[in-house]
Amino acid sequence: MSQTATMTGTAPASSKSLEDGPRGERPKPFFTPKKIIIYTTLVFFSLYFLFPLYVMLVTSFKTMPEIRFGNIFALPNQINFDAWHRAWTSACTGLTCNGLSPGFWNSVKITIPSTIVSIFIAAVNGYALVNWRFRGSEIFFSILIFGSFIPYQVMLYPLVMITRELGIFGTLPGIIVIHTIFGMPILTLLFRNYFASLPQELFKAARVDGAGFWRIFFEIMLPMSLPIFVVALILQITGIWNDFLFGVVFAGTQNLPMTVQLNNIVNSAQGTPEYNVNMAATVLTGLVPLIIYFVSGKLFVRGVAAGAVKG
Amino acid sequence: MQHSVSIRDLSLNFGSVKVLEHLNLDIAQGEFIVLLGPSGCGKSTLLNCIAGLLDVSDGQIFISGKNVTWEEPKDRGIGMVFQSYALYPQMSVERNLSFGLRVAGMPKDEINRRVARAAEILQIQPLLNRKPANLSGGQRQRVAIGRALVRDVDVFLFDEPLSNLDAKLRSDLRVEIKRLHQRLKNTMIYVTHDQIEALTLADRIAIMKSGVIQQLADPHTIYNKPVNLYVAGFIGSPSMNFLNGTIDGTTFTADDGTVMPINAYEFSSPVTGSRKAVLGVRPEHILLGEAAQAMPFKTEAEIEIVEPMGSETLAWTKVAGVPVTFRCSSDIPLAAGDKVTVGFDIARGSLFDAQTENRL
Repeated sequence: MSQTATMTGTAPASSKSLEDGPRGERPKPFFTPKKIIIYTTLVFFSLYFLFPLYVMLVTSFKTMPEIRFGNIFALPNQINFDAWHRAWTSACTGLTCNGLSPGFWNSVKITIPSTIVSIFIAAVNGYALVNWRFRGSEIFFSILIFGSFIPYQVMLYPLVMITRELGIFGTLPGIIVIHTIFGMPILTLLFRNYFASLPQELFKAARVDGAGFWRIFFEIMLPMSLPIFVVALILQITGIWNDFLFGVVFAGTQNLPMTVQLNNIVNSAQGTPEYNVNMAATVLTGLVPLIIYFVSGKLFVRGVAAGAVKG
Repeated sequence: MQHSVSIRDLSLNFGSVKVLEHLNLDIAQGEFIVLLGPSGCGKSTLLNCIAGLLDVSDGQIFISGKNVTWEEPKDRGIGMVFQSYALYPQMSVERNLSFGLRVAGMPKDEINRRVARAAEILQIQPLLNRKPANLSGGQRQRVAIGRALVRDVDVFLFDEPLSNLDAKLRSDLRVEIKRLHQRLKNTMIYVTHDQIEALTLADRIAIMKSGVIQQLADPHTIYNKPVNLYVAGFIGSPSMNFLNGTIDGTTFTADDGTVMPINAYEFSSPVTGSRKAVLGVRPEHILLGEAAQAMPFKTEAEIEIVEPMGSETLAWTKVAGVPVTFRCSSDIPLAAGDKVTVGFDIARGSLFDAQTENRL
């Protein structure tokens, strides 16, 4: 019977097995050696990098007696915000004991104008370098880029003298000028490359329409540049916020940024080191760049990958 | 007679590279001129010079009787349409159209009137509030044309406006540009590398090579009486068949010894003695069957490849030892290996001097 069935059936045995074979989407098993290796590596390195942050956070919530106990990896017995409060309001930075809050506001006063001024100038630079080529513009750009390869320390002393002659050494405008200058090479490069990736014909069309230098910049180029502005913004805010060297040299004692005050708290030579306050102060100082990154991380990645702006 | 656009002795160098050399071109009022050539021949450069987007090294440019050599683009009375449309992405269609007028500080009601007129001519009224990103390629190019239109200029410049569109849209928009020209009667200068666009649109075509205009003539003359080998080979698809040989009096002897009578050929100037020459025959001037019998030169040939194109058929064969293409009606059944009689319509062919490559 079975033999006749095979003979007269709709499909012979051999082709039937082919039809029962693979069809549609290929199954993707989860536990393949490749995936296991990838995920193990990723998890390991994430833990490795997150571990110091973990220690900092748990320590900042402990009391000093608990810290002296020695288990730095242990969770705090009780969440205790005292250290955070002290770090913000009353920890001693050098001679004054007002905590980090004055430093925070100093950093805000330095970061906001420096960021705005440097980005604006760099954007205009980049735009001019791409669209309004002038005699020697390539050389000008090369020199500017060369600047980013010179170590900051080399220029420190000359800059001190220059700012002193200009009468802005140790003042808020002084430190803003310094940050603007040092942001210029990398930001100009960033904007130049971005504007170069925009279609040239757009610029030509605007010229035929009669728009001039600033009109094209503000009405055509700027509205198309949001992604790169976000990148520049993140670079500058984190860079300037985290700066220590320029702050300690140029800002003057009245305007010392948060990083300098943090250093003064942590490296204080008198008394017993208050590890919980130090940890809290460090996390507080790092909070602004962290928040900026978490809020705009997606935009940041998009901006870095930009160039692919569709018209 | 006053020319709409007049280019005198124009040269442009990028460093030591000469892109345009002593170029002269006069364009009549209302004329549709196509600059045609392969990429890198300087046609777009010439257009940018006319627009004022590139500074010239030497020479003069006149538009509507005014010397505009040193003028800014906006003061030249031109509108320009670009290959990539170059629409301002963050502005609506309406704002795109009115941008130039707003820059010029024109009164609002005049702006509205002009935008409405352009939108009506190009039939883009329903799109006025959209952003360019929400338009199709064809719609974007209409808007780009509209942006030139609202400026009410004497001269339109087109820089390969259809090259980014697919084949179907391209032919649709081609007709529309022609219609637009017939309606507006502006002077139009149109750059393309597509010979079909050039032949269909132009009043006159300027064929360019390495910054020099090879031939400036109406499409019929360009196609039928190319001035040199380059033009002959560039125009026509599939391209003209060329046979090398020698002319002597009333005969052309191909390199393999095949003799063809050329009594019927009209020389542009009398030729005496014998000289090396190239005979060019277009694929449609090679005939089959009875028509071939009436031709001054006919021969047996074996079909090598047949390409049916729908309305017609292209066939590849060998004549006088040289590969030759010819075009015939698709009604004629042809197959590879067939032996046919082909006749050359020498009167409609072209003869070129082998040395100078110029038409004889």
